[in-house]
Amino acid sequence: MNLPPEFQDWFARQGWQPHPHQIALLEAKGDSLLIAPTGGGKTLAGFLPSLVDLRDPPGGLHTLYVSPLKALTADIARNLARPVADLGLTVRIEDRTGDTKGSQRARQRVDPPDILLTTPESLALMLSYEQAPAIFGGLRRVVLDELHALAENKRGDQLMLCLARLKSLAPGLSVAGLSATVENPAALADFMGGGQIIHADPGPDPDIAMLPTARPAPWAGGNGHYAVPEVLEQIRQANTTIVFINTRAQAELYFQQLWAANEENLPIGLHHGSLAREARQKVEAAMAAGDLRAVVATGSLDLGIDWGSVDLVIQVGAPKNVKRLVQRIGRANHRYNAPSRARIVPANRFEVIECVAALQAVAERDLDGDPRGPGPLDVLCQHILLTACAGPFDPDSLFREVRAVGPYRHLTREDFDACLDFAATGGYALRAYDRWQRLMLRDGLWRLRDPRAARNIRMNIGTIIDPETLKVRFKGRGGPLLGEVEEGFAATLAPGDTFLIGGQTVRYEGLRELVLEVTPNPHKEPRIATFNGLKLATSTQLSHRVQALIGDPDRWDILPKDSRDWLALQAEQSALPAPGTLLSESFRYDGRWHFALYGLAGRNALQTLGLLMTRTMEVAGLGPLGFLATDYALLIWSVDPVTDPAPLLDRAALREGLGDWLASNAVMKRSFRNVAIIAGLIQRNMPGSRSTGKQATFSSDILYDTLRRYDPDHLLLRITADEAQRGLVDFGRIEDMLDYSPDLKHVMLDRISPLAAPLMLEMGRVRIDGQGRMRLAEAEAAALMAEAGIDLGPEPTEVARLAGLGDGVNRPATGLRDRKSSRTGDIPPRRAPRPATVPRAR
Amino acid sequence: MNFSFRFDGVVLEARPSGALFWPDRRWLIVADLHLGKSERMARRGGALLPPYEVAATLDRLQAEIAATAPDCVVSLGDGFDDDAAASALPDAVCARLAAMAEGRRWLWVSGNHDPGVPCARLPGEAWDEVREGLVLRHEAGQGPDVSGHFHPCVRLAGERRSCFLIGAEHLILPAFGAYTGGLSCDDPALTDLVPEGIAVACGTRALPLPVGRIAPRLSRRRA
Repeated sequence: MNLPPEFQDWFARQGWQPHPHQIALLEAKGDSLLIAPTGGGKTLAGFLPSLVDLRDPPGGLHTLYVSPLKALTADIARNLARPVADLGLTVRIEDRTGDTKGSQRARQRVDPPDILLTTPESLALMLSYEQAPAIFGGLRRVVLDELHALAENKRGDQLMLCLARLKSLAPGLSVAGLSATVENPAALADFMGGGQIIHADPGPDPDIAMLPTARPAPWAGGNGHYAVPEVLEQIRQANTTIVFINTRAQAELYFQQLWAANEENLPIGLHHGSLAREARQKVEAAMAAGDLRAVVATGSLDLGIDWGSVDLVIQVGAPKNVKRLVQRIGRANHRYNAPSRARIVPANRFEVIECVAALQAVAERDLDGDPRGPGPLDVLCQHILLTACAGPFDPDSLFREVRAVGPYRHLTREDFDACLDFAATGGYALRAYDRWQRLMLRDGLWRLRDPRAARNIRMNIGTIIDPETLKVRFKGRGGPLLGEVEEGFAATLAPGDTFLIGGQTVRYEGLRELVLEVTPNPHKEPRIATFNGLKLATSTQLSHRVQALIGDPDRWDILPKDSRDWLALQAEQSALPAPGTLLSESFRYDGRWHFALYGLAGRNALQTLGLLMTRTMEVAGLGPLGFLATDYALLIWSVDPVTDPAPLLDRAALREGLGDWLASNAVMKRSFRNVAIIAGLIQRNMPGSRSTGKQATFSSDILYDTLRRYDPDHLLLRITADEAQRGLVDFGRIEDMLDYSPDLKHVMLDRISPLAAPLMLEMGRVRIDGQGRMRLAEAEAAALMAEAGIDLGPEPTEVARLAGLGDGVNRPATGLRDRKSSRTGDIPPRRAPRPATVPRAR
Repeated sequence: MNFSFRFDGVVLEARPSGALFWPDRRWLIVADLHLGKSERMARRGGALLPPYEVAATLDRLQAEIAATAPDCVVSLGDGFDDDAAASALPDAVCARLAAMAEGRRWLWVSGNHDPGVPCARLPGEAWDEVREGLVLRHEAGQGPDVSGHFHPCVRLAGERRSCFLIGAEHLILPAFGAYTGGLSCDDPALTDLVPEGIAVACGTRALPLPVGRIAPRLSRRRA
């Protein structure tokens, strides 16, 4: 296909030249993957072939556009409107997301637009309708935007399964994937099922450096507050700046610190995923209008709307991963072929080294990324159920269709059948549901036994499982919504506690119908907000670069002087970790033996290793007391010293310990919940449907425990174990670490080493105690009884009297009402004076 | 470890499992077994939950019977998730219940989920409520009475635990069934019945704690 003259004219009228990659995509035959940096006219490139085609609309749905963000679909609709109008095309463009009104959805099912803009979840929903063949039968093109982001998680797997469905419904379809720069374009092309890779000119090298600061980075910690004056100065000099922070809690704190020093009142906003949607939209609108000089943001701004005026990105804290750093830098790229400007602020001395290593990787265009695992089976279970919602299906054809999908290329028939069996019967060893199967096989086709089940299945669509969160609101009727916090964080709060949300300090007042009520409390120091930070571990490749840099004194000249001195002192007093060598130290400090292992394997893996090693140490009688894991090192303190780490790092023993420990672990239960929701075993909590007054709902933990006990080989337990090992547990990286550094080097020291010193200041210590939760519960129950002035003697008859309940024989001794009087209303019924949660004793 | 207390003039033991034992008469009382819950959900087109809750619940009940050797076992209503679930119980389960009831009385008090008479294959007698020294019924009425229905639970050290709720007028048992959720003790439905009292949290030990009006105010606790 060539660019028609009227399109050439249109480009000329804008004063533009079509980019070579835009033309290449237009000319490509079949499926293609465009890799282009931000600002490269990627989206226009994706739509150009459709617009050229639609000069003469064939009627019906022509192009389907899928993006990871709802906001992006609205943005695209606006951006396309202009060329469509300029070119006089009669093209109907509509979006279809979770926010689309029911009436419009219904109309779209009967009369779809020429171009439909949607998300993976909405696409999966549309494909589950009986009308799907009619809607998608004439589809010509699919545009997958931000494919690199979709490929990072299960949404990508679901999207690819849907894409295979679309290809079956519309055999002539061609697909255009659009991606930011990635480390392995061929792998991404495989993921989307193959296609021609088109590389856009990557543009000039970014202007990226460490931000020079008056004070050196502190020894420990992760907040980067020391650099606030310099960051503010950068914001002052730039047009618009995005300040990226790794976690939401730290973003809140940084935002506050910036404002405390912001004497000129530069307009600075805050944007992260825990803020209320309205608050986020306000910031986005202000950014788009150019009203803000800077926004402090987390990964919530990694994707999405192209803000033309951003000309500086500041990354506070180690980037953890080179690819993400490059993509973030790309946000400061308002003109194609103008270099992006970015400054990095390491938060501590270890991070200085990581930042230097990351800068080198960026300069060498050496991106990292862990290879994607095979397509997860819980997503396949959901896909099978949704396929059944659309109508009866033949298992052999569906298996063939699924095997054509990149992530499921190596799916065995055995696993497919296990998923189908799960969808149909629950897949239990005890065949209890023969009468009540969800799917029935009739005439060789699987179908829903009860068509009413389709509604439940559709309600549960999607692969994003939000953590249980509670809304935060100012106390009083109709107080504005401030944002959300995780339930686990909320449970640690007691009235009077203060925390930061939306950039302000608030005081927790109480819990009311699952809403945290707070009052403004501007003058009090906030308690450190620990709500869901992104626990992203440093990538394997970046860790290897750090290890190589530390281990080679000849390369230290690129490090700041204080870092060089620090490492030199370490080399003199102990030894250096280096590629091939796993360094550990034992020393006494503060009256206890400490064991430091410089594994550089990322926080999650080292945390797992800490749990496993302390278990072995417990058995060996070394008396482990606690441990601490960072991205770089594991520190364990104990009564007796570790003199030989080899037995503690024995692979077989670690693997065995992993099996035991995992089974009863909270991480596994959390993974199970996600898997069970995605696979359709349990319903996710619908907004508004969760109420305290419901005794019918019970926790997924009960199902996990029951399955473990009565059906330990069940499919969902297998999926859960696979997942946990890859994700939070990250056992694979422990094995990588042992492979990468096979030589153990253990040093006994008479005092703390320079590398270990900063670890003493780190937060996040994990206490090892055999007491368990029951002991904690006992202590708290006893404290509550004592506080209430109730002393339970050994004599049972005493209890009721002491509790002020009368003696139970002579009727109430105190002014207790019986139930009737409270109902008749002569005494107003009293509500419980306390929130539904009893906070942890601290 | 059990928690002994006196209610309505009778000494009772709250067991960590959630079962109530009446030592003088050797009665074992359990509420809200909800047997057949997974079967009922599947029948109605819902999720296919692991079909092991009957086995899990009966395993625990059997352990309680072995530990207390009761003369009488009382299911305090909602023993079955619905009447059809009772009829649908596999023969092996009925036989197991019969073996557990061997040599002792077995009373099925009816609840809102299982208003009908249990099917003929089951052991024991069906009652709407029992008045023998104590008033035993499914849902609390004119006190003093012993009931179930609400599945009370309480938050302790950051965890939700099912609990007994002991007030002046009402003793409310936790749900004994495996697939049961809970209603917080400070829900108005429960504070209306027990404005102040003792909750006994279940677990590996029965732990008493004050609830309602006599619970320490949180602000004071933290001071």
